Amino acid sequence: MDIVRVISKRSFLLGLLFLILVVLVTAPLYTSGYFVVLASSIFMYIVLAVSWTIFSGPTGYISLASAAFFGVGIYASAILVKALPLPIVIGIGGLVSSVLALLVGALTLRLRGIYFAIFTFGLVELLLYFILWWEVNITGTTGRVVPTVGNTTVYYAILVIFVILMLTAYFIRHSKFGLALQSIGENEEAAAHTGINVTLVKVTTFAISAFFMGAAGAIMATRWTYIDPRIAFNPLLSFMPVLMAIFGGVGQLYGPVIGAAFFTLLKEYLTTTLAKYGLGEIYMLIFGIVLVVAILFLPSGLVGLIQKWWKGGWARRSTHT
Amino acid sequence: MLVTILDVVIAGLLMGGIYALIAVGLSLQYGVARVLNIAHGEFIMLGAFITWSAYTIFGINPLLSLAVCGPIIFIIGFLLHRTLFTHLRISSPSPAAFEGSSMLATFGLLFIIQNTAILIWGAGIKSYSYLAFPVNIGGAAFAANRLVTLGFAITIGLAFYIFLALTRIGKAIRAAAQDPETAGLMGVNINLVLALCFGLGALMAGLGGSLISMTISIQPTMGLEYTVIALIVIVMGGLGSIPGSFIGGFTLGLVGSIVTYIEPGLAMVAYYVLFMLLLLVRPTGILGK
Repeated sequence: MDIVRVISKRSFLLGLLFLILVVLVTAPLYTSGYFVVLASSIFMYIVLAVSWTIFSGPTGYISLASAAFFGVGIYASAILVKALPLPIVIGIGGLVSSVLALLVGALTLRLRGIYFAIFTFGLVELLLYFILWWEVNITGTTGRVVPTVGNTTVYYAILVIFVILMLTAYFIRHSKFGLALQSIGENEEAAAHTGINVTLVKVTTFAISAFFMGAAGAIMATRWTYIDPRIAFNPLLSFMPVLMAIFGGVGQLYGPVIGAAFFTLLKEYLTTTLAKYGLGEIYMLIFGIVLVVAILFLPSGLVGLIQKWWKGGWARRSTHT
Repeated sequence: MLVTILDVVIAGLLMGGIYALIAVGLSLQYGVARVLNIAHGEFIMLGAFITWSAYTIFGINPLLSLAVCGPIIFIIGFLLHRTLFTHLRISSPSPAAFEGSSMLATFGLLFIIQNTAILIWGAGIKSYSYLAFPVNIGGAAFAANRLVTLGFAITIGLAFYIFLALTRIGKAIRAAAQDPETAGLMGVNINLVLALCFGLGALMAGLGGSLISMTISIQPTMGLEYTVIALIVIVMGGLGSIPGSFIGGFTLGLVGSIVTYIEPGLAMVAYYVLFMLLLLVRPTGILGK
């Protein structure tokens, strides 16, 4: 009986996911251009939040380097998009970010806890100021114009990145590799003693997570048409994925997805509604309040809340039958 | 040549004094209260804007508004810790979990304070002119306000050092820094002491901001840069060490001044390279154990 229930639940979930995917793939055919643009933004933040969670969720290392990897992808795209086909540009954006992550990962292995967070944040600012200086003094420009590829192309590209990312994240979680990550987060010394190559596991995961951030940066650059170091290495893009993931809850894969979708929609709603009253800029204020309230009252994020409701409902149903 | 060297060195020391002061504040908040306050720079910005308003609207002497600004920002910091961070500290399962969640909460504070400031004062750049006449030191000229701010930064740092070393509350703070659990068992009201430390940290930031506003133009988004500088300085000087913060502050000021003299655009890059090298080679800081 239980086996039947488990199997039917799994096939139901798979069916639901497939249906959602079909809806998302066909969406540009029957929705407005506004939807496509908004959905691309949502997927961008989901990709950032989920990639962040792949590494920082199980290990507990708070990385603030997201903006660095995203920015590297943006610059790779700005330099290459005129010369090469789009999928290759996206791939290169991801690869360059991974290489950077490998370097950073190898350098910061000794740093624990908060020092890792500070170092990774420093990386964003270092790249920002270095490229700013490079652009002004060596190339003699401040910004770069990136040719557009059309909103629908951006949408499909980011959708593909999203699907591959979710599959990757799922397989990492449900593999021995994911277990190794989890045990590093619980006790790194103990993990090393059980024969896990702690260094290799951490650095590899960090690089995988950076790949998707770089790829997302490479495609989003084409939507912004003009980029400069301050846009590409905006520290906000380091903070937002963390906030979204924590708000959604890092315990489950769908946590960061919900968190990122929620915040992007909230931002969209607030900026459009408040703009009518000339207060479009204060959405960040409301973000801050939501964040503080969430940390105080939702320690395991929205996922924790959903699970509590789910379990509550399940328990009631079981007692009735 | 000698004048040039003197020029660069003194300019570095002048900046370094402010850096040291704001780093002492962050060092208190992280070293004792275990809150890595990303919103530290926002208290600096608040101090700067309160001083600016007091001077341009009411004509209050900026040095006098140190006495107004300090208590206001101290109370804000104290209350924040009593409500937000005390709640988080008690509900967190481990000290490491508290460090993570409190840091994220300070991101929220950053957004709240910065955008409230934009609502009140607007997003534009503000400045005023105070004690802007030049003073000659060994052939190099410096604005008088820079010398005054350096003097105040050193005085505030010294006063605080004496407070920590000689008073009972100072002793309680030092005890809490070493081991909050044991200090609590010895009769130290730990929640009060931690809130006091957070408040004092905010106070230093506020005073630093007041002093900064006398020398350069200010804007609501100025905070993050100073937070990062304060972080670099405490990593250099070692967490929780006031002399370390001053050594770190002056070192960073000097490095900034030398690099600015050679290649102006690379000052921030030099800060980060120095900072990252230090983190890798000596994460406990110059004076750290």
